Amino acid sequence: MERVPSPGASRFREASIAGTWLWLGLFALLPNLVLLLVAFLDRDTVGFFIPSLTLDNFRELFAPVFLGVLWDSIRLALCSTLVCLLAAYPFAYALAKAGPRLRPWLLLLVIIPFWTNSLIRTYALILMIGAQGLVNKCALGLGLIGAPLELMYTDFAVFAGMTYTFLPFMILPLYASIEKLDPGLADAAKDLGAGSLRTFWHSTLPLTLPGVVAGCILVFLPSLGSFYIPEILGGATNMLLGTFIKNQFLVAKNWPLGAASSSVLTLLLVLLAVLYRFTSQRAAGGYNAPLNARRDGE
Amino acid sequence: MGAWSKRLYIFLVYCFFYLPLLAMFLYSFNAAKYTTAWGGFSLKWYAALLRNNGLLDAALNSFLVAVCAASLATLLGGLAAVCLKRYSFPGRRALFIGILLLTVSPDIVMGISFLILFIACSVQLGFLTLLVAHTALCAPFVAVTVLARLEEFDEYLIEAARDLGASEAKALLHVLLPLSAPAVAAGWLLSFTLSMDDVLISTFVTGPSFEVLPVRIYSMVRLGVKPDVNALSAIMFALTLSLVLLAQVITQLRRK
Amino acid sequence: MTTPPILELRGVSKNFGNTLALHNINLEIANGEFLTLLGPSGCGKTTILRILSGFEAPTRGAVFLNGQEITSSPPELRQVNTVFQSYALFPHMSVWDNVAFGLRMQKRPKVEINQRVAEILRRVHLAEYGDRMPRQLSGGQQQRVAIARAIINNPLVLLLDEPFSALDLKLRKQMQFEIKHLQRQIGITFVFVTHDQEEAFAMSDRVVVMNEGTVIQVGSPQEIYEEPESLFVARFVGEINVLEGDIRAARPGGTYQAEVEGVPFILHSRREFAEGETVKVLLRPEDLKVYLEQEKAQQPPFFLGTINETVYKGATVDILRTLDNGKKLQAAEFFNEDDADITYRPGDRVSVTWVEGWEVVLNAEGE
Repeated sequence: MERVPSPGASRFREASIAGTWLWLGLFALLPNLVLLLVAFLDRDTVGFFIPSLTLDNFRELFAPVFLGVLWDSIRLALCSTLVCLLAAYPFAYALAKAGPRLRPWLLLLVIIPFWTNSLIRTYALILMIGAQGLVNKCALGLGLIGAPLELMYTDFAVFAGMTYTFLPFMILPLYASIEKLDPGLADAAKDLGAGSLRTFWHSTLPLTLPGVVAGCILVFLPSLGSFYIPEILGGATNMLLGTFIKNQFLVAKNWPLGAASSSVLTLLLVLLAVLYRFTSQRAAGGYNAPLNARRDGE
Repeated sequence: MGAWSKRLYIFLVYCFFYLPLLAMFLYSFNAAKYTTAWGGFSLKWYAALLRNNGLLDAALNSFLVAVCAASLATLLGGLAAVCLKRYSFPGRRALFIGILLLTVSPDIVMGISFLILFIACSVQLGFLTLLVAHTALCAPFVAVTVLARLEEFDEYLIEAARDLGASEAKALLHVLLPLSAPAVAAGWLLSFTLSMDDVLISTFVTGPSFEVLPVRIYSMVRLGVKPDVNALSAIMFALTLSLVLLAQVITQLRRK
Repeated sequence: MTTPPILELRGVSKNFGNTLALHNINLEIANGEFLTLLGPSGCGKTTILRILSGFEAPTRGAVFLNGQEITSSPPELRQVNTVFQSYALFPHMSVWDNVAFGLRMQKRPKVEINQRVAEILRRVHLAEYGDRMPRQLSGGQQQRVAIARAIINNPLVLLLDEPFSALDLKLRKQMQFEIKHLQRQIGITFVFVTHDQEEAFAMSDRVVVMNEGTVIQVGSPQEIYEEPESLFVARFVGEINVLEGDIRAARPGGTYQAEVEGVPFILHSRREFAEGETVKVLLRPEDLKVYLEQEKAQQPPFFLGTINETVYKGATVDILRTLDNGKKLQAAEFFNEDDADITYRPGDRVSVTWVEGWEVVLNAEGE
């Protein structure tokens, strides 16, 4: 319960509450409302949009062109999210169970890439998987392959880039939720005769589900929206959602369509947020804790 | 998992994280023009960066925006955290959920929505629009970081200060601020790096008259691997690295 | 009271959501008084303190300080200071800065601050500790800093919220003494909150016993202990034996002929009882007199019973025994150096009575 100094209701209190609301209203609510509005307007090649209401933009989202873009994007994003989850869970678990002296350092090594510019990390990946990259050089040197592998400008490169870039975003929320686990619970489950796998399935996993969902939000949504990864690693081969939206604004100058297509992202965000709330209520932990871990890393 | 396979796994994941960065760092000292072979140690690509005026201007612009946006975001986010922790008011929960959603909302959506807003209000794209957008990007992160710190804050300390004659604002200034300074500093540093690194939003809300570093790096990176990009990226990484370490030192020192 | 009260609560009620924390509290506190709010946890005593200090606003009613209404004035504008239960010392400030905080907030001249802080630190025996940080001090020292910090502003009233709960028994006794001494020295009003009746009795001029958001009884420690007005107060402030009785006849002068647990006794009370009324007769363990049956020294009336158990307590011996009708009683006897045969053994047959007039008689419904 909050303790509120009611008689001392100060001007500061009123001002800071008003300021916070103003910030949220001006910086979040207003831009998003305008975005939503534009999605219902007609395009205009000169003035970006004209004030006549239409549903055409949303109709265009069901055209084969956009559906193809969406399918490719979601397929890749899902793959990288899944791989991130499978790779991050045992890693986060091992991290959470590491010795108290070692753990801060291990954690720090995850936080560093977490804070590092994704663009630069994506670029660094070229040095590894490019035609002249270290992977090819090593494989050639060891005689594993006869000719350099064409890794760049493929779906695989984009997938690898997403996984590489967003893996820390999966590890940290998972770590936060696993660390909170009461070790006694797993022991109790084992005492009751549950095998390791059953303990995990019935006790560990449900309790860390909020962390799983938080990690998926932090990997899946940026995978869909970050246009630079496919543009750098995928070249011009496949258009993904982020690039599609960007192009509507900066190239095709079809703002209403861009606004409408971005609603897919917002919709997914809302769905995942609801899922997160559902799982965290089930896990009965303090609400939202794993989400707090994003970029904070404490 | 056995103890050794566990250690091996942790080691491999860290290799996955750091090998590319290490390669980038090493190649930035490569005298050869192409990355195919090692051509000896050289600092010439760093020197080339220093001669590139357009790049330096962009870097300065970015630095300016990052400092201002981080400071504004720290103010806004800090106040929001105080409101959420100390006061109860109608819509408090909605505010909290809103801020949390902002931390996970896709950057590209934030970028285009600000672009539309600025154009609709006929605002010239440049320093000011970047500042506003980056403040909006960073403030939720500061709020969440500071709020996490305030969770363990003893509310009675504020009451003691007020009891001794401090107004609410003064109590926060003299008691809450010094005690949550590590989180506030960490929030500022985080905001600074977020702003310094942002491509997704900056692409939309800045005009040709005001170029920023990440967008410029992006246009360079798209053209493929180049040694000067290696050097620039290495510098950016070193900057981030030192800021992370600084943030860690600040938060760890105070905790003891 | 002849002089106007320094602090007054008039019809104060407080709701938290749907729960009623305080119900129509009326209380006047005299200047220079040491008043204690005593009650079990959740009785509303801390809420009263928070209303006095300004951290809660009453839902109804008004608060007056020195004749001025302060019901809705913020804590920083009240001439009232608090010693918090957890001390709430500022961990990032030295002892000196903690104590100087209030004066700095008032923007006092530096010379005056230095002089007053030094003086008050000397008064609480911490003159050499000004440079220490709070975490470097013992619990008792932290307590003294908290007190010094609160009284340096010369408040009209000092509020103390269970200030000793973190201290061990020995230190607690010492701090009780020091605080009482300090209060006499500086002469300001202290309002003290505790759930420990011994602490309340040891320190207070007046005690306010509270339960479930209402004031049950106000009086000097002696009045509260010896003349509880309800079974709740009687039970809360110490061990008590409750006997069932019936009034047989009223006599002039507040004397009644009654039957207690089936034995005829004479009862004294200022309360009015009707003939045939059922009453409760309350007796403190130390008011009971116990004799071995073979002594036969005393006159009737008395109860007959059997010793169950004796508990050695140092200065006293607690004697538990069962009356022949099954009622269990507890008595306490002081050691008498001259009379070593105080040793009762379980199973001994005894007779029990009390000094006439020391009993408290309550209406049977007066729970």
